[in-house]
Amino acid sequence: MELIVAIGIGVLAGSGAWLLMRPRTFQVIIGLSLISYAVNLFIFSMGRLRTAAPPILDAGDDPSRYTDPLPQALVLTAIVIGFAMTALFLVVLLAARGLTGTDHVDGREREP
Amino acid sequence: MSLASHLIIAPILLPLLVGGLMLVFDNRKLVAGLGVVSTFAVLAIAIVLMQRVETGNGPESIVYLLGNWPVQFGIVLVADRLSGMMLVLTGVLACAALTYSLARWHRQGAYFHPLFQFLLAGLNGAFLTGDLFNLFVFFELMLAASYGLALHGSGSARVRYGLHYIAINLTSAFAFLIGVALIYGATGTLNMAEIAVRVPQLAGSERALFAAGAAIFGVVFLVKAAIWPLGFWLPNIYAAVAAPVAAIFAIMTKVGIYGVLRVGGLMSTGEDGGTFLFGNGWLLAGGAATVLFAATGMIAAQGLPRLAAFSVIGTSGTLIAVIGIGDATATAGALFYLVSSTLSISAFFLLIELVDRGRLPADDILAVTLEAYGDDEDIDEEEAVGVAVPAVMALLGASFMACALLLAGMPPFSGFIAKFVMIAAALNPAPGSTGGTFSDWLVIGILLVLGLATLIAMTRAGIRSFWVSIDRDIPSVKVIEFAPIALLLVLSLALTVMAGPAMRILQETSEGLYAPQAYMKSVLSAAPRQPQGGSP
Repeated sequence: MELIVAIGIGVLAGSGAWLLMRPRTFQVIIGLSLISYAVNLFIFSMGRLRTAAPPILDAGDDPSRYTDPLPQALVLTAIVIGFAMTALFLVVLLAARGLTGTDHVDGREREP
Repeated sequence: MSLASHLIIAPILLPLLVGGLMLVFDNRKLVAGLGVVSTFAVLAIAIVLMQRVETGNGPESIVYLLGNWPVQFGIVLVADRLSGMMLVLTGVLACAALTYSLARWHRQGAYFHPLFQFLLAGLNGAFLTGDLFNLFVFFELMLAASYGLALHGSGSARVRYGLHYIAINLTSAFAFLIGVALIYGATGTLNMAEIAVRVPQLAGSERALFAAGAAIFGVVFLVKAAIWPLGFWLPNIYAAVAAPVAAIFAIMTKVGIYGVLRVGGLMSTGEDGGTFLFGNGWLLAGGAATVLFAATGMIAAQGLPRLAAFSVIGTSGTLIAVIGIGDATATAGALFYLVSSTLSISAFFLLIELVDRGRLPADDILAVTLEAYGDDEDIDEEEAVGVAVPAVMALLGASFMACALLLAGMPPFSGFIAKFVMIAAALNPAPGSTGGTFSDWLVIGILLVLGLATLIAMTRAGIRSFWVSIDRDIPSVKVIEFAPIALLLVLSLALTVMAGPAMRILQETSEGLYAPQAYMKSVLSAAPRQPQGGSP
């Protein structure tokens, strides 16, 4: 389980970082989204992973057998903020496309 | 339970509520009036808070438990000396920038005033919060508002560089989250004071995990502070934004410096005075490289806005390098420099717009080419004698000179005292400080190099702006536009006069950062209030 999550986070973050370096604004925004997924999974996994266990605590259960719920609360905040910022970025991206007439991040095509 | 004990949350709540309220109204004058009232009220509250922290009879730091939860479970706000100082500085800049914007800038686009209030709430929250996750939340609030303000007035340059600005800040926000998650995973808490307690108890893999998280945190703060090689985003966007926005942005790089000081002070490794954020050597090297980058940029800058933007980077680099010496007296000098340079850069950004109003865009390029290829203008003797300087230009020129002296660190302004304290501290290191001889000389070197570069660049820009023989229009300047600049400059002058008491306070602030036990004690000993017996 840990291995699958770790590889998943790694692939998402790696692809995101690659796309972030690309010259098109659309690639940048997809890269940012992928990185945000990776980060959210990462925060989630910091509460430790546990499979096939009931999510609700019974009285008398040992709390250390359950995952820490706080990172799950943090990840909600992080998702909301990340999502809002990505939406804002999308608006600026469209404005830049309209004002500069190109989707290059520098606002002009590189000379061939 | 008195209302006064809730005062600490007012600098966050007031702008947030007023900003929200503004969205309801459509009347421009009413909205502007609300903004002015709120901003000046926040400054007044900040001054009261700082006074309360400074007076010795109360506790060292004011701790506020939100929702009256115990410290271990709830969220805390903490106002200590450093927070108080940053709050007052933010308040002063906000008042100046807002007053300036009332002349014309606030009409250039929608929602200037609400965004300004949200930025204020985010800044104040970042300075007041006592836990790492809320630091992230307030950072994002501040940045979200700053994205809107950066694009205020629109135009191709603002949108293009705004895109870069948003992309880099989003990426660093995600890095911030990774750092928070790692630190939480290792220590099991997000409260800064409690982290400081648990750090020495960490061992083995947990310690390594924590160190990795803290290092990522450090990188995020250095991105905010625009340290080389993480600061390439800054010159373009700071030069492109509207003048009052740039004036308030001058404090935003200082948020990164605040993070390094606050979080770094609490995460001491215990060995050789270094912190988990960064080894002091790295800070020093990064700061020195930043100063060299800024000095080069200032001399190469075509046009005043870029010059001012590079001077922002220069001050950040100086601050980080001086903090890297790891000496309490030097850090006190750095704090003095922080206040002085932020005031003067803010004034400079406001001034630039007034000066640039009367000139053509081609003048800047002309100025640099003239210098490169020689200036073969012959001025007629008779003509040169009889030229009267208009009063507006004289005022602007005098302010420009004051800014130049302040930024270059020449007497009689506060910049000189700040540099003097830092150099003196580097020459006489306290016994047991980590700084070797080489690092002390390096700091002295970069302080002098930056001063020289600033002086050269500012003199050249000043000559080209005020003594040019190229025909230009006299800019029309309103009193309301010039008053904030004068206020900021008078404040720097007052800082020179009051340098003794100011340095004493800052020395105590700085010693508190290197010995955070008092901060930790006052946060961890804060107990929830018991409900009072009897009905009110």
